[in-house]
Amino acid sequence: MNATDTSFFAASLPSILTISGMALVTYLSRAAGLAVMSRLSVSGRLERFMKAIPGAILASIVSPSALAAGPAEAIATAATAAMAWRSSNLPLAMGVGVATVLVLRYALG
Amino acid sequence: MNTTQPSRADTHPDRLRFSLPGLAAGFRACLPVALGVAVYGVLFGLLARQKGLSLMETQSMSLFVFAGASQLIALDLWSVDLPGGLPVVSLIITTLIVNLRHVLMGAALAPVLTRLKPSQAFGSLFFMTDESWALTLGRMVEDSRHKREPDGAFLLGAGLAVYVFWNLSTTLGHVLVRGLDDPAKYGLDFAFTAVFTALLVGLRPRRQDILPLLAATATALACAHLLPGKWYILAGALAGGLTAAFGPTHGDTARQS
Repeated sequence: MNATDTSFFAASLPSILTISGMALVTYLSRAAGLAVMSRLSVSGRLERFMKAIPGAILASIVSPSALAAGPAEAIATAATAAMAWRSSNLPLAMGVGVATVLVLRYALG
Repeated sequence: MNTTQPSRADTHPDRLRFSLPGLAAGFRACLPVALGVAVYGVLFGLLARQKGLSLMETQSMSLFVFAGASQLIALDLWSVDLPGGLPVVSLIITTLIVNLRHVLMGAALAPVLTRLKPSQAFGSLFFMTDESWALTLGRMVEDSRHKREPDGAFLLGAGLAVYVFWNLSTTLGHVLVRGLDDPAKYGLDFAFTAVFTALLVGLRPRRQDILPLLAATATALACAHLLPGKWYILAGALAGGLTAAFGPTHGDTARQS
């Protein structure tokens, strides 16, 4: 056994516990939504709540990096949205967004 | 223990197909995004090595936790030099908090997932990330617009694309890469913003969706400013959902009484 082997494969008990615990709570978070929803009948307020969740999550994910990061990001977000509105080609919209932000970051310093 | 559910599940009349072409479609759709994820996988592997995590520890995290944001945040808290050693409990609790948004994401996919065998649905969910979730949701909306039966394996395929690239790039970052440029230099940080923006537009929000979306946006902006980590996503999502549930109703929903 040499030093490289031990450092590559080393794992202390606390780190094994930590990674196992992280894996467990992460999976529980992924499974919990379906576990709850398959036991509920959804109507009325709950239905309106659930229908709004997808858009609300997407809007929440993007808004800090789209609207609060600076003019380059805000304009590039608008360009991405316009492209996505015209065609539903996702890689194309992604390319337009990245290209716009690159050019604008360079142009605006 | 009552076990009526699994037996009822096997004869479910409404069962969706879960096919290899569906899996491949998900994998393909997610490839461009998975390549973007790989940039962050390299970064994660590199930072983990700098923090003193072995390849075994680093790779285990990518294989079993498989959640980019919480893995990067965990590195930030990872310290074996503290008086009590590694802060095991705070690392686990932080991970849970960072990942609470998954609860709402999984719930949003319930219309498709409840029509799969429980083993297929709960197996696929292990691979659900922000990216594969958003693509699957976009696909779900597109399928229903074209009155097409969804393929239940799309989420798994999209998730596997991210999984493969995240894990390969983790190894690469830990073993090979000795220095990494800032992804922002090539605009790659913006790739995710662009993808999620395009998917949001793809939902084609209607008039009654505008108020909840504004509430989500305003809440997320405020919380991103005030709170650490990814709280802003959960807070914004809840604000949007609650606005839709308790706010004014429009059009056809308002007319029924």
